[in-house]
Amino acid sequence: MNKIKNRSLWKKITNYKLLYALILPGLIYIIVFRYIPLLGTVVAFKKVPTFATIEQIIAADWVGLYQFQKFVSSHYFWNILGNTFALAGLRMVFEFGAPIILALLMNEIRRVAFKRVVQTISYMPYFISTVVLAGLVFNLLSTQSGIIPDIITKFGGKSIYYLGDVRYFRTVLLSAIIWKNIGWGTIIYLAALSGIDQQLYEAARIDGANRWIQTLKISLPSISFAVIIMFLLRISVVLNQGFEETLLLYSPAVYQVSDIIDTYVYRVGLLQNQASFGAAVGLFKSLLALTLVLGSNYVTKKFSDHSLYG
Amino acid sequence: MNNITMSRGEKVFSVFNYAFMLLIIVVFLFPFLSVVMTSFVSTEEYLTRTGLILIPKKFDFSAYQMIFKNKMIYSAYGITFFRTIVGTFFQISITTAMAYGLSKDDLPGRKTIQVLLMLCLVFPVQIIPQFLLIKNLGLINSVWAMIFPWMMNIQYVFLMIAFFKQVPASLEEAAIIDGCSHVSIFFRIILPLCLPSVATIALFYAVWHWNSWFDAQMFINDIKLYPMQNLLKRILEVPQLGDIGGGLEDAPLPSESIKGAVIIITSLPMLCLYPFVQKYFVTGFMMGSVKG
Repeated sequence: MNKIKNRSLWKKITNYKLLYALILPGLIYIIVFRYIPLLGTVVAFKKVPTFATIEQIIAADWVGLYQFQKFVSSHYFWNILGNTFALAGLRMVFEFGAPIILALLMNEIRRVAFKRVVQTISYMPYFISTVVLAGLVFNLLSTQSGIIPDIITKFGGKSIYYLGDVRYFRTVLLSAIIWKNIGWGTIIYLAALSGIDQQLYEAARIDGANRWIQTLKISLPSISFAVIIMFLLRISVVLNQGFEETLLLYSPAVYQVSDIIDTYVYRVGLLQNQASFGAAVGLFKSLLALTLVLGSNYVTKKFSDHSLYG
Repeated sequence: MNNITMSRGEKVFSVFNYAFMLLIIVVFLFPFLSVVMTSFVSTEEYLTRTGLILIPKKFDFSAYQMIFKNKMIYSAYGITFFRTIVGTFFQISITTAMAYGLSKDDLPGRKTIQVLLMLCLVFPVQIIPQFLLIKNLGLINSVWAMIFPWMMNIQYVFLMIAFFKQVPASLEEAAIIDGCSHVSIFFRIILPLCLPSVATIALFYAVWHWNSWFDAQMFINDIKLYPMQNLLKRILEVPQLGDIGGGLEDAPLPSESIKGAVIIITSLPMLCLYPFVQKYFVTGFMMGSVKG
């Protein structure tokens, strides 16, 4: 019996050999470029330089948790951890909230053509690279010809280089990130808003509800499901975001408020030749990120079950 | 809506809302306008005026002339085109092929492979082990270092699987009876039927390639192999163009104009393209969030 089963399985496999051939390139890709680096994370428990060969990595002595202890006890630790969570927190409040408000406001525009123009223009920054974004920020904040220092001096303020100032760096970084992502972020909410039954609004108007009440009682509750799902999706990846923008805009003068785990890993691991230390710091962040992923997945599951059956 | 009179408060809100939207338009367009205008400012003008340059007194094209005289721009553009075209080709081929294989529910081992893919999403690649791998594969300073590390976006694989599953099974059964192999079904039936969604994913990949720079930042030290984004980054970082090398050193222009001009030529292709492709992006993005 078992033999026959095996034979039919074998027959199935040969039948499908062309399908396996189609899957193979992708499978080789994930093994070589995704799983081998995962294995390579063991360098975090060794001591190898950044340009180590495979033989050197294998031959290197195990140092256990030495690299992790080094990170946790270094005087950068709390600062970097604080910056990482500050950036993540600010993004979760402002970058996440901004598109919701913009979508609600866009939804109130009754002229379809105008609305479409605003939408199209607001999607534009999504298509430029973070390097171009940084170039635009440098241009706007240039103390010589930038508009923002210019306006501030016109109002009697002092012209300073905002990117090099610890008091303003986070505001600038966050504004740039919001500028780039806000338009694209409205898509989901605008779709949810356009799906609302117009009769609800009509009924509300007959009952004497003005537009503010309609927004509060109809629009907002109708997109709340999308908002919660987007929030949970966002929180699971928030620690992996913001790296490119920070790397391009920060400078040693503002490390104190801008250096996050990812930029620190990049500096120590690739520029300062401490691959193992960098990998350990990276692994530490991965564990933090993993808790967020698992936590938000758990909540998402609970939440969607609840909303499906409740 | 029109035949219902608005209250005073609503009218005020409406006016403010339209004004706010106009402000939004200005906020989105102004940075580009400012960079364009800066790129047209001549040295003399830059030195004599301070503050905001809204419209230069005289439009001066020497920043662009200088850039296009430089060979580095052409090689960087070439590298960007290479990685966008070849990279997107690899990505879309591998993604669709794998997704087609995995769209067959009765394929032995399908579940295992899907779990392997899921785990890639849970454990993102870290830069240090990735660097060690690329280094040991001998890909440092090779254009392939910009193509191999990201040949497949796992989320797009799952998206494509969902698309392929929508193709009626009867079509494939008929083809099998006619003696078609799975490969020819894939090329002759599935891909043509799913062309709109395949093209959308290809566009996502192409824009990603055009805008990527961090991989080249890690793996490419040779400035001759820099894509546009990395050349732009390099130029933005240099306060004066003197030390960039490669023929830009005798630059009499203010670096701000050069920087502005390079920003424009780096982003212009995307800015010209996006109004036409954005609707595919929006639908692709919506499908992704509905299915994913």
